[in-house]
Amino acid sequence: MATVAEIRPETPRVKTLALDVPGWAGHRGGQHVDVRLTAEDGYQAQRSYSIASAANAARVELTVEGLEDGEVSPYLTSVARAGDQFEIRGPIGGYFVWNADPGGPVLLVGGGSGVVPLMAMARQRAADGDAVPTRLLYSSRSWEDVIYRDELEGLSGDGFRVVHTLTREQPPGWTGYARRVDAEMLTQVAPSDLALAFVCGPTPFVEAVASTLVQLGHDPAKVRTERFGPTGG
Amino acid sequence: MSIISRGFGGRRRDDGPPDRVPPGQYLTRDFPVLSAGPTPHTPLDQWDFTIVGEVDGLVRWTWEELRALPSETVTVDIHCVTKWSKLDTQWEGVSVDTLLADVETSAEYAVAFCDGGYTTNVPLEDLTDGKAWVAYGYDGEPLDPEHGGPARLLVPHLYFWKSAKWVRGLRLTQTDEPGFWESNGYHLYGDPWKEQRYWGD
Repeated sequence: MATVAEIRPETPRVKTLALDVPGWAGHRGGQHVDVRLTAEDGYQAQRSYSIASAANAARVELTVEGLEDGEVSPYLTSVARAGDQFEIRGPIGGYFVWNADPGGPVLLVGGGSGVVPLMAMARQRAADGDAVPTRLLYSSRSWEDVIYRDELEGLSGDGFRVVHTLTREQPPGWTGYARRVDAEMLTQVAPSDLALAFVCGPTPFVEAVASTLVQLGHDPAKVRTERFGPTGG
Repeated sequence: MSIISRGFGGRRRDDGPPDRVPPGQYLTRDFPVLSAGPTPHTPLDQWDFTIVGEVDGLVRWTWEELRALPSETVTVDIHCVTKWSKLDTQWEGVSVDTLLADVETSAEYAVAFCDGGYTTNVPLEDLTDGKAWVAYGYDGEPLDPEHGGPARLLVPHLYFWKSAKWVRGLRLTQTDEPGFWESNGYHLYGDPWKEQRYWGD
Protein backbone atom coordinates (compact mmCIF):
# COMPACT_ATOMS: atom_id res chain seq x y z
CA MET A 1 0.00 0.00 0.00
CA ALA A 2 1.36 3.40 -0.97
CA THR A 3 0.19 6.82 0.19
CA VAL A 4 1.01 9.82 -1.94
CA ALA A 5 3.04 12.19 0.26
CA GLU A 6 3.93 14.80 -2.31
CA ILE A 7 3.71 15.45 -6.04
CA ARG A 8 6.35 17.57 -7.79
CA PRO A 9 6.26 18.72 -11.40
CA GLU A 10 9.48 17.88 -13.25
CA THR A 11 8.65 19.12 -16.75
CA PRO A 12 5.39 20.17 -18.41
CA ARG A 13 4.48 16.52 -18.99
CA VAL A 14 6.29 14.70 -16.20
CA LYS A 15 5.65 14.54 -12.47
CA THR A 16 7.33 12.84 -9.55
CA LEU A 17 5.14 11.15 -6.95
CA ALA A 18 6.80 10.68 -3.57
CA LEU A 19 5.16 7.75 -1.81
CA ASP A 20 5.08 6.61 1.78
CA VAL A 21 5.24 2.83 1.73
CA PRO A 22 5.21 1.31 5.22
CA GLY A 23 7.52 -1.69 5.47
CA TRP A 24 9.40 -0.91 2.26
CA ALA A 25 12.54 -3.06 2.49
CA GLY A 26 14.62 -1.03 0.04
CA HIS A 27 15.50 -1.58 -3.60
CA ARG A 28 18.33 -1.27 -6.11
CA GLY A 29 18.71 1.47 -8.69
CA GLY A 30 16.99 0.39 -11.92
CA GLN A 31 14.24 -1.75 -10.40
CA HIS A 32 10.54 -1.10 -10.94
CA VAL A 33 7.23 -1.46 -9.17
CA ASP A 34 3.78 -2.47 -10.30
CA VAL A 35 1.11 0.11 -9.56
CA ARG A 36 -2.46 -1.16 -9.26
CA LEU A 37 -5.42 1.19 -9.26
CA THR A 38 -8.92 0.11 -8.26
CA ALA A 39 -12.11 1.90 -9.29
CA GLU A 40 -15.17 2.05 -7.04
CA ASP A 41 -16.84 -0.79 -8.92
CA GLY A 42 -13.81 -3.01 -8.48
CA TYR A 43 -12.34 -2.48 -11.94
CA GLN A 44 -8.54 -2.57 -11.78
CA ALA A 45 -5.68 -1.49 -13.98
CA GLN A 46 -1.99 -2.09 -13.37
CA ARG A 47 1.22 -0.91 -14.99
CA SER A 48 4.93 -0.99 -14.22
CA TYR A 49 6.94 2.13 -13.35
CA SER A 50 10.63 2.52 -12.74
CA ILE A 51 11.65 3.68 -9.28
CA ALA A 52 13.40 7.05 -9.43
CA SER A 53 14.66 7.39 -5.87
CA ALA A 54 17.86 6.01 -4.39
CA ALA A 55 17.55 2.90 -2.26
CA ASN A 56 18.19 4.80 0.98
CA ALA A 57 15.73 7.61 0.29
CA ALA A 58 13.02 8.18 2.86
CA ARG A 59 10.26 7.76 0.29
CA VAL A 60 9.75 5.67 -2.81
CA GLU A 61 9.59 8.06 -5.73
CA LEU A 62 8.10 7.36 -9.15
CA THR A 63 8.63 9.78 -12.01
CA VAL A 64 5.78 9.42 -14.48
CA GLU A 65 5.14 10.89 -17.92
CA GLY A 66 1.44 11.41 -18.55
CA LEU A 67 0.55 9.63 -21.77
CA GLU A 68 -2.50 10.95 -23.60
CA ASP A 69 -3.69 7.50 -24.49
CA GLY A 70 -2.70 5.98 -21.15
CA GLU A 71 -4.92 4.60 -18.44
CA VAL A 72 -2.76 4.68 -15.32
CA SER A 73 -0.25 7.44 -16.10
CA PRO A 74 -2.87 10.22 -16.61
CA TYR A 75 -4.34 9.31 -13.23
CA LEU A 76 -0.92 9.52 -11.56
CA THR A 77 0.02 12.83 -13.21
CA SER A 78 -3.36 14.61 -13.32
CA VAL A 79 -5.76 13.15 -10.75
CA ALA A 80 -3.73 11.84 -7.83
CA ARG A 81 -2.98 14.22 -4.96
CA ALA A 82 -1.34 14.02 -1.56
CA GLY A 83 -3.12 11.58 0.72
CA ASP A 84 -4.40 9.32 -2.06
CA GLN A 85 -3.67 5.64 -1.80
CA PHE A 86 -3.07 2.83 -4.22
CA GLU A 87 -1.39 -0.55 -4.24
CA ILE A 88 2.20 -1.02 -5.26
CA ARG A 89 4.19 -4.21 -5.56
CA GLY A 90 7.92 -4.56 -5.73
CA PRO A 91 10.74 -3.93 -6.09
CA ILE A 92 10.91 -6.07 -9.24
CA GLY A 93 13.78 -6.94 -11.56
CA GLY A 94 17.31 -8.18 -11.02
CA TYR A 95 19.09 -7.45 -14.30
CA PHE A 96 18.68 -3.80 -15.24
CA VAL A 97 20.13 -2.74 -11.87
CA TRP A 98 23.07 -0.69 -10.71
CA ASN A 99 26.30 -2.57 -10.14
CA ALA A 100 28.80 -0.70 -7.97
CA ASP A 101 31.72 -2.86 -9.07
CA PRO A 102 31.40 -3.63 -12.78
CA GLY A 103 35.18 -3.65 -13.34
CA GLY A 104 35.35 -0.45 -15.35
CA PRO A 105 33.43 2.63 -16.42
CA VAL A 106 29.67 2.64 -16.88
CA LEU A 107 27.62 4.34 -19.58
CA LEU A 108 24.00 5.27 -19.03
CA VAL A 109 21.98 6.24 -22.10
CA GLY A 110 18.47 7.58 -21.58
CA GLY A 111 15.83 8.78 -24.00
CA GLY A 112 13.07 10.98 -22.57
CA SER A 113 11.53 9.49 -19.44
CA GLY A 114 13.84 6.50 -19.99
CA VAL A 115 16.19 8.48 -17.78
CA VAL A 116 14.17 7.52 -14.69
CA PRO A 117 15.79 4.17 -13.80
CA LEU A 118 19.17 5.66 -14.77
CA MET A 119 18.56 8.49 -12.31
CA ALA A 120 17.90 5.94 -9.59
CA MET A 121 21.31 4.47 -10.44
CA ALA A 122 23.01 7.88 -10.40
CA ARG A 123 21.37 8.72 -7.08
CA GLN A 124 22.39 5.39 -5.61
CA ARG A 125 25.95 5.88 -6.86
CA ALA A 126 26.13 9.28 -5.19
CA ALA A 127 24.48 8.14 -1.97
CA ASP A 128 26.80 5.16 -1.62
CA GLY A 129 29.89 7.12 -2.62
CA ASP A 130 30.67 4.64 -5.41
CA ALA A 131 33.85 5.48 -7.31
CA VAL A 132 32.87 3.83 -10.61
CA PRO A 133 33.34 6.37 -13.43
CA THR A 134 29.90 6.95 -14.93
CA ARG A 135 28.65 8.94 -17.89
CA LEU A 136 25.03 9.69 -18.64
CA LEU A 137 24.13 10.49 -22.23
CA TYR A 138 20.63 11.91 -22.05
CA SER A 139 18.49 12.65 -25.09
CA SER A 140 15.58 15.06 -24.67
CA ARG A 141 13.43 16.94 -27.14
CA SER A 142 14.12 20.34 -25.63
CA TRP A 143 15.74 21.91 -22.56
CA GLU A 144 12.28 22.22 -20.99
CA ASP A 145 11.80 18.47 -21.37
CA VAL A 146 14.97 17.58 -19.44
CA ILE A 147 13.88 15.77 -16.28
CA TYR A 148 16.02 16.29 -13.12
CA ARG A 149 17.93 19.08 -14.85
CA ASP A 150 19.27 20.87 -11.78
CA GLU A 151 19.90 17.74 -9.75
CA LEU A 152 21.91 16.23 -12.59
CA GLU A 153 24.10 19.32 -12.65
CA GLY A 154 24.61 18.91 -8.91
CA LEU A 155 25.58 15.25 -9.25
CA SER A 156 28.21 16.08 -11.88
CA GLY A 157 31.83 15.78 -10.84
CA ASP A 158 33.29 13.02 -8.71
CA GLY A 159 33.52 10.69 -11.70
CA PHE A 160 29.97 11.39 -12.86
CA ARG A 161 29.38 13.33 -16.05
CA VAL A 162 26.18 14.26 -17.88
CA VAL A 163 26.06 14.88 -21.62
CA HIS A 164 22.80 16.24 -23.02
CA THR A 165 21.54 16.10 -26.54
CA LEU A 166 18.47 18.13 -27.49
CA THR A 167 16.86 16.69 -30.58
CA ARG A 168 14.10 19.13 -31.52
CA GLU A 169 14.68 22.50 -30.00
CA GLN A 170 17.74 24.10 -28.41
CA PRO A 171 17.99 27.20 -26.24
CA PRO A 172 19.86 30.23 -27.67
CA GLY A 173 23.59 29.73 -27.45
CA TRP A 174 23.34 25.95 -27.03
CA THR A 175 26.72 24.40 -27.80
CA GLY A 176 25.90 20.79 -26.93
CA TYR A 177 24.63 18.01 -29.14
CA ALA A 178 21.49 18.81 -31.10
CA ARG A 179 20.62 15.56 -32.83
CA ARG A 180 19.57 12.00 -32.15
CA VAL A 181 22.15 9.72 -30.54
CA ASP A 182 24.38 8.34 -33.29
CA ALA A 183 27.65 6.45 -33.74
CA GLU A 184 29.80 9.57 -33.65
CA MET A 185 28.19 10.75 -30.43
CA LEU A 186 28.55 7.34 -28.80
CA THR A 187 32.19 7.17 -29.89
CA GLN A 188 32.82 10.49 -28.22
CA VAL A 189 30.86 9.82 -25.04
CA ALA A 190 31.24 6.07 -24.40
CA PRO A 191 34.46 5.10 -22.62
CA SER A 192 36.50 2.73 -24.81
CA ASP A 193 36.97 0.38 -21.85
CA LEU A 194 33.24 0.31 -21.14
CA ALA A 195 32.35 -2.33 -18.55
CA LEU A 196 28.58 -1.97 -18.62
CA ALA A 197 26.00 0.09 -20.49
CA PHE A 198 22.39 0.66 -19.44
CA VAL A 199 20.08 1.92 -22.18
CA CYS A 200 16.48 2.93 -21.50
CA GLY A 201 13.89 4.71 -23.58
CA PRO A 202 11.30 4.13 -26.29
CA THR A 203 11.86 1.04 -28.40
CA PRO A 204 13.29 2.74 -31.54
CA PHE A 205 15.72 4.72 -29.35
CA VAL A 206 16.90 1.60 -27.51
CA GLU A 207 17.19 -0.43 -30.71
CA ALA A 208 19.32 2.28 -32.34
CA VAL A 209 21.59 2.92 -29.35
CA ALA A 210 22.12 -0.74 -28.44
CA SER A 211 22.90 -1.85 -31.98
CA THR A 212 25.23 1.12 -32.51
CA LEU A 213 27.15 0.24 -29.34
CA VAL A 214 27.56 -3.31 -30.67
CA GLN A 215 28.66 -2.01 -34.09
CA LEU A 216 31.27 0.12 -32.34
CA GLY A 217 32.76 -3.05 -30.94
CA HIS A 218 31.27 -3.20 -27.47
CA ASP A 219 30.39 -6.69 -26.22
CA PRO A 220 26.60 -7.24 -26.56
CA ALA A 221 26.65 -8.97 -23.17
CA LYS A 222 27.66 -5.65 -21.60
CA VAL A 223 24.71 -3.74 -23.03
CA ARG A 224 21.59 -3.96 -20.89
CA THR A 225 18.34 -2.54 -22.19
CA GLU A 226 14.95 -1.57 -20.90
CA ARG A 227 12.25 -0.37 -23.27
CA PHE A 228 8.82 1.08 -23.12
CA GLY A 229 6.49 0.88 -26.05
CA PRO A 230 3.64 3.14 -27.13
CA THR A 231 1.23 1.09 -25.06
CA GLY A 232 2.96 1.89 -21.79
CA GLY A 233 1.02 4.06 -19.46
CA MET B 1 -9.94 -6.49 -0.43
CA SER B 2 -8.41 -3.79 -2.56
CA ILE B 3 -8.56 -0.16 -1.56
CA ILE B 4 -10.33 2.24 -3.86
CA SER B 5 -8.09 4.73 -5.66
CA ARG B 6 -9.96 8.04 -5.28
CA GLY B 7 -10.98 9.50 -8.60
CA PHE B 8 -9.93 6.51 -10.67
CA GLY B 9 -12.53 5.38 -13.15
CA GLY B 10 -10.39 3.65 -15.70
CA ARG B 11 -10.58 3.97 -19.44
CA ARG B 12 -11.57 0.35 -19.98
CA ARG B 13 -10.48 0.60 -23.53
CA ASP B 14 -10.76 -2.65 -25.40
CA ASP B 15 -11.62 -4.64 -22.34
CA GLY B 16 -12.03 -7.69 -24.50
CA PRO B 17 -13.75 -10.99 -23.81
CA PRO B 18 -12.99 -11.99 -20.20
CA ASP B 19 -12.40 -15.59 -21.17
CA ARG B 20 -9.51 -14.47 -23.37
CA VAL B 21 -7.90 -11.70 -21.35
CA PRO B 22 -6.19 -13.00 -18.17
CA PRO B 23 -6.43 -11.08 -14.88
CA GLY B 24 -4.36 -7.90 -14.70
CA GLN B 25 -3.90 -7.68 -18.48
CA TYR B 26 -5.10 -5.06 -20.95
CA LEU B 27 -5.48 -5.37 -24.70
CA THR B 28 -3.16 -3.73 -27.17
CA ARG B 29 -3.33 -3.54 -30.93
CA ASP B 30 0.33 -2.84 -31.60
CA PHE B 31 3.21 -5.09 -30.73
CA PRO B 32 5.50 -3.74 -28.00
CA VAL B 33 9.12 -4.87 -27.87
CA LEU B 34 10.88 -5.99 -24.70
CA SER B 35 14.40 -7.40 -24.60
CA ALA B 36 17.19 -7.34 -22.06
CA GLY B 37 19.94 -6.53 -24.55
CA PRO B 38 20.78 -5.59 -28.14
CA THR B 39 19.00 -7.33 -31.01
CA PRO B 40 21.33 -10.01 -32.43
CA HIS B 41 21.72 -10.43 -36.19
CA THR B 42 22.98 -13.94 -36.98
CA PRO B 43 23.40 -14.57 -40.73
CA LEU B 44 21.10 -17.36 -41.86
CA ASP B 45 23.99 -19.40 -43.29
CA GLN B 46 25.43 -19.51 -39.77
CA TRP B 47 22.11 -20.21 -38.09
CA ASP B 48 21.08 -23.60 -36.82
CA PHE B 49 18.63 -25.09 -34.36
CA THR B 50 19.86 -27.85 -32.09
CA ILE B 51 18.42 -30.12 -29.44
CA VAL B 52 21.02 -30.99 -26.84
CA GLY B 53 21.22 -32.28 -23.27
CA GLU B 54 19.35 -35.43 -22.31
CA VAL B 55 19.33 -36.82 -25.82
CA ASP B 56 21.52 -39.23 -27.76
CA GLY B 57 23.90 -37.31 -29.95
CA LEU B 58 23.14 -33.95 -31.42
CA VAL B 59 19.93 -33.16 -33.24
CA ARG B 60 20.47 -30.26 -35.62
CA TRP B 61 18.72 -28.40 -38.41
CA THR B 62 20.21 -25.69 -40.59
CA TRP B 63 17.96 -22.77 -41.53
CA GLU B 64 17.18 -24.41 -44.88
CA GLU B 65 16.43 -27.72 -43.20
CA LEU B 66 14.15 -26.12 -40.63
CA ARG B 67 12.28 -24.27 -43.35
CA ALA B 68 11.83 -27.55 -45.23
CA LEU B 69 10.02 -29.17 -42.30
CA PRO B 70 6.21 -29.21 -42.35
CA SER B 71 5.01 -25.85 -41.05
CA GLU B 72 1.81 -24.77 -39.37
CA THR B 73 -0.02 -21.46 -39.33
CA VAL B 74 -1.60 -20.77 -35.97
CA THR B 75 -3.71 -17.94 -34.59
CA VAL B 76 -3.19 -17.46 -30.86
CA ASP B 77 -3.57 -14.91 -28.07
CA ILE B 78 -0.36 -13.74 -26.39
CA HIS B 79 0.12 -12.29 -22.91
CA CYS B 80 3.15 -10.28 -21.78
CA VAL B 81 4.04 -10.08 -18.08
CA THR B 82 4.28 -6.28 -18.51
CA LYS B 83 0.45 -6.41 -18.68
CA TRP B 84 -0.39 -6.23 -22.36
CA SER B 85 -2.25 -8.96 -24.20
CA LYS B 86 -2.77 -9.22 -27.92
CA LEU B 87 -5.51 -11.34 -29.44
CA ASP B 88 -5.54 -13.32 -32.66
CA THR B 89 -1.87 -13.05 -33.55
CA GLN B 90 -0.97 -15.17 -36.56
CA TRP B 91 2.28 -17.11 -36.70
CA GLU B 92 3.93 -19.57 -39.03
CA GLY B 93 6.46 -22.10 -37.84
CA VAL B 94 7.34 -25.67 -37.03
CA SER B 95 5.59 -27.44 -34.19
CA VAL B 96 7.94 -28.53 -31.41
CA ASP B 97 6.21 -31.92 -31.76
CA THR B 98 7.72 -32.17 -35.24
CA LEU B 99 11.18 -31.33 -33.90
CA LEU B 100 10.92 -33.87 -31.09
CA ALA B 101 9.28 -36.62 -33.17
CA ASP B 102 12.43 -38.73 -33.46
CA VAL B 103 14.02 -37.66 -30.19
CA GLU B 104 14.09 -40.15 -27.35
CA THR B 105 14.60 -38.55 -23.99
CA SER B 106 13.95 -39.12 -20.33
CA ALA B 107 13.99 -35.35 -19.76
CA GLU B 108 10.98 -33.61 -18.25
CA TYR B 109 12.11 -30.03 -18.78
CA ALA B 110 13.71 -27.91 -21.45
CA VAL B 111 15.78 -24.75 -21.44
CA ALA B 112 15.46 -22.72 -24.63
CA PHE B 113 18.74 -21.01 -25.53
CA CYS B 114 19.15 -18.06 -27.84
CA ASP B 115 21.49 -15.71 -29.64
CA GLY B 116 22.44 -13.01 -27.18
CA GLY B 117 22.61 -15.49 -24.30
CA TYR B 118 18.94 -15.42 -23.27
CA THR B 119 17.50 -18.60 -21.75
CA THR B 120 14.09 -19.64 -20.46
CA ASN B 121 12.89 -22.87 -18.87
CA VAL B 122 9.68 -24.68 -19.79
CA PRO B 123 8.41 -28.13 -18.76
CA LEU B 124 8.58 -30.44 -21.76
CA GLU B 125 4.87 -31.19 -21.50
CA ASP B 126 4.20 -27.48 -22.12
CA LEU B 127 6.11 -27.65 -25.39
CA THR B 128 4.41 -30.76 -26.80
CA ASP B 129 0.94 -31.83 -27.94
CA GLY B 130 0.41 -28.82 -30.15
CA LYS B 131 1.28 -26.22 -27.51
CA ALA B 132 4.50 -24.73 -28.88
CA TRP B 133 6.25 -23.80 -32.12
CA VAL B 134 9.51 -22.48 -33.48
CA ALA B 135 8.01 -19.56 -35.35
CA TYR B 136 9.63 -17.72 -38.25
CA GLY B 137 6.64 -15.93 -39.71
CA TYR B 138 4.36 -13.30 -38.22
CA ASP B 139 1.23 -11.94 -39.86
CA GLY B 140 2.23 -13.35 -43.22
CA GLU B 141 5.74 -11.84 -43.19
CA PRO B 142 9.15 -13.07 -42.06
CA LEU B 143 9.50 -12.47 -38.32
CA ASP B 144 11.09 -9.08 -37.68
CA PRO B 145 14.44 -9.15 -35.77
CA GLU B 146 13.01 -6.85 -33.08
CA HIS B 147 10.36 -9.46 -32.41
CA GLY B 148 12.78 -12.37 -32.38
CA GLY B 149 13.53 -13.13 -36.02
CA PRO B 150 14.75 -15.15 -37.74
CA ALA B 151 12.95 -17.49 -35.33
CA ARG B 152 11.51 -17.46 -31.85
CA LEU B 153 9.91 -19.98 -29.62
CA LEU B 154 6.13 -19.56 -29.40
CA VAL B 155 4.48 -20.87 -26.23
CA PRO B 156 1.32 -18.78 -26.15
CA HIS B 157 -0.31 -20.35 -23.07
CA LEU B 158 2.51 -19.01 -20.85
CA TYR B 159 3.62 -15.39 -20.31
CA PHE B 160 5.40 -14.24 -23.43
CA TRP B 161 8.92 -14.12 -21.94
CA LYS B 162 8.77 -17.93 -22.30
CA SER B 163 8.43 -17.43 -26.07
CA ALA B 164 12.18 -16.87 -26.38
CA LYS B 165 13.32 -14.53 -29.15
CA TRP B 166 16.25 -15.47 -31.41
CA VAL B 167 15.94 -19.08 -30.27
CA ARG B 168 18.72 -21.43 -31.35
CA GLY B 169 17.79 -24.63 -29.60
CA LEU B 170 16.47 -26.60 -26.68
CA ARG B 171 18.53 -28.17 -23.94
CA LEU B 172 16.60 -31.06 -22.43
CA THR B 173 17.03 -31.47 -18.68
CA GLN B 174 15.91 -33.73 -15.83
CA THR B 175 15.28 -30.83 -13.46
CA ASP B 176 13.62 -27.46 -13.89
CA GLU B 177 16.57 -25.04 -14.26
CA PRO B 178 15.62 -21.34 -13.98
CA GLY B 179 16.39 -19.33 -17.11
CA PHE B 180 17.27 -15.65 -17.42
CA TRP B 181 14.18 -13.87 -16.12
CA GLU B 182 13.34 -16.81 -13.87
CA SER B 183 16.67 -16.09 -12.10
CA ASN B 184 15.88 -12.38 -11.98
CA GLY B 185 12.65 -12.26 -10.03
CA TYR B 186 10.16 -13.75 -12.47
CA HIS B 187 8.04 -16.84 -11.92
CA LEU B 188 9.46 -20.26 -12.71
CA TYR B 189 6.36 -21.37 -14.68
CA GLY B 190 4.46 -18.21 -15.71
CA ASP B 191 0.79 -19.12 -16.16
CA PRO B 192 -1.03 -15.86 -17.06
CA TRP B 193 -4.40 -17.23 -15.90
CA LYS B 194 -2.95 -17.71 -12.41
CA GLU B 195 -1.06 -14.39 -12.63
CA GLN B 196 2.24 -16.15 -11.99
CA ARG B 197 4.31 -13.05 -12.70
CA TYR B 198 6.97 -12.96 -10.03
CA TRP B 199 8.68 -15.07 -7.41
CA GLY B 200 6.12 -15.95 -4.75
CA ASP B 201 3.05 -15.75 -7.03
